[in-house]
Amino acid sequence: MADDSLFEFLHMEIVSHVYKEQESRGDNDKERGTCVSLLECMGFRVGQGLIERFTKDSPGFKDELDVMKFLCKDFWTNIFRKQIDNLRTNHQGTYVLQDNRFALITQLSSGQQYLEDAPKYLAFSCGLLRGALSNLGLESVVTAEVSLMPACKFQVVIQKA
Amino acid sequence: MSRQSNRTTDSKKMNSELFTLTYGALVTQLCKDYENDEEVNKQLDKMGYNIGVRLIEDFLARSSVGRCHDFRETADVIAKVAFKMYLGVTPSVTNWSPAGDEFSLILESNPLVDFVELPDNHNNLVYSNLLCGALRGALEMVQMAVDVRFAQDTLRGDSVTEIRMKFIKRIEENLPAGDE
Repeated sequence: MADDSLFEFLHMEIVSHVYKEQESRGDNDKERGTCVSLLECMGFRVGQGLIERFTKDSPGFKDELDVMKFLCKDFWTNIFRKQIDNLRTNHQGTYVLQDNRFALITQLSSGQQYLEDAPKYLAFSCGLLRGALSNLGLESVVTAEVSLMPACKFQVVIQKA
Repeated sequence: MSRQSNRTTDSKKMNSELFTLTYGALVTQLCKDYENDEEVNKQLDKMGYNIGVRLIEDFLARSSVGRCHDFRETADVIAKVAFKMYLGVTPSVTNWSPAGDEFSLILESNPLVDFVELPDNHNNLVYSNLLCGALRGALEMVQMAVDVRFAQDTLRGDSVTEIRMKFIKRIEENLPAGDE
């Protein structure tokens, strides 16, 4: 049973490693995007695995909103030890999940400093959400934005088949 | 709506799976990025080292362990406090060398390898090599140079996981290691 902080340390090191690797292979604006998608893909795989383990004994979800509420409460609590603070939706497939103290960026700053570096630390979590949704039968596009650390917003757009 | 996390055993277990799954995703990615297992092992060791140098501070802050007086005490602290705190398992300390500078940590179960199977083309992969780097990095920050390696690995068919730790020397100067 691994301690919570271990994941945070590992995540920090993974982000650092991915960017160092990209740097050593030559700096290229086009390449910078691949670091984020690499991290997002890793998160995706982990999210898929986690949601399977987590929901194997629970009954099915009533609807999309139910799924999102589950992700905001139980899923988020189990991973980041707190719930999503605010969930908004337009009831047409777009959801905004707001976390006022996102665990993976609280140590970076509490304001505007390092704002441009914050997305690196959000990519994995976007993947987590996308992976979890994917294994619950919902294809989505997940993006994150930060305007004031450590609060951040994840935007989930469910793709209609 | 409470903001406290749900501290049932389920919750703890879930977090351990998060770490295990993330570690698995990392190793998978490294195997894709590097052609051979030795290179992956080296990367895992380096990453472990970077984690270890930070982890030691977290460890010292959260445990009330004082300075260890000798290597035997260090071994006990690693097994009974550190491993228990971070991985929830307590390895046994055995196989001391006659000079008292080398010992083994025997793990009945290794949390990193839950759900893991090594495919046939990765015979030289030391899957949990991050642990070795982390131990090495952490101890270096408390002035001990050690050599850490896996002697037995359940993933490779052994019955237990055995980590062999050898004390090399006490680090006198406080220079930052340039391993980054």
